[in-house]
Amino acid sequence: MKRLLGFVGALLLWLLLFWSLNIWVIAAGVGVAAVATALLGSIAPDGLERVLCLRRVGYFLLYLPYFLYYCVRANFDVMLRVVHPDVPIRPGIVKLPTTLKSEMAKTFLANSITLTPGTLTLDIDGQDMYVHWINIDTDDVKKRTAEICGRFEPMLRRIFE
Amino acid sequence: MLETICYWLVGIGLAFDFFGCLGLVRLPDVYNRAQAATKCVTLGTCMILFGVALGAFGGVSVAMGVKALLCAMFILLTSPVGAHAICRGAYLSGVPLWEGSAEDAFKERAERIREEEIEELGEESGVQREKAQAS
Repeated sequence: MKRLLGFVGALLLWLLLFWSLNIWVIAAGVGVAAVATALLGSIAPDGLERVLCLRRVGYFLLYLPYFLYYCVRANFDVMLRVVHPDVPIRPGIVKLPTTLKSEMAKTFLANSITLTPGTLTLDIDGQDMYVHWINIDTDDVKKRTAEICGRFEPMLRRIFE
Repeated sequence: MLETICYWLVGIGLAFDFFGCLGLVRLPDVYNRAQAATKCVTLGTCMILFGVALGAFGGVSVAMGVKALLCAMFILLTSPVGAHAICRGAYLSGVPLWEGSAEDAFKERAERIREEEIEELGEESGVQREKAQAS
């Protein structure tokens, strides 16, 4: 099932890149997609097919603008720090617990954290995340978790779990 | 009208890219620099590509627009992963944090990973030695 999904995804990508429905383009696409799936199918994450459910896709579409807002905010945040004459940073690596279970959800959480204000995921170890934070403003673990993971966790749980 | 919007998008994207590069010069260590590089450059490049896509849909060719959007999607997916890999690799190979850093929670875990890797390497070389002796 997950290999089939990978195959369809690869074929779709091929057709979008070529933007033509010529019979030879489709034939070559089927071949390339089959090879790619055969080589890489084993590393596809488990539970990929669950994402196909309509409710999850809906939440994902909701998640995109929400994420984009934080992404733009992150950019202005970094921009201000960079052009400020004193470069106001207080960096460090912090350890945060996450409540998400599935690998896909954790991957998306890590990527979202990397693209949002002042944080960069270094490593994930089970339920612990190691995050480089450019401006540590509190010593309380709960506040930190709420500030960094809390924004995305509820929505990602609805999408992937 | 559409063309004006495209040029504005490309211009703003370039500005973000510029600030990302400025951060690369002004911030103190690898990890902070990677932050500036990923955030600003990702959004800046995506905005440039989005502007190109909008312009292409408006006139030049739909195929070009679709390709630009696909590129934007791939950058959005891969650049945080790349930053993560670079920073983790830098830490494990011993690049120090900036001296003004407030906290370092990754130290123990990094030492554990290094020990595991050394053990694995030791096992591999042991296996090779056995093979060499057998032959």
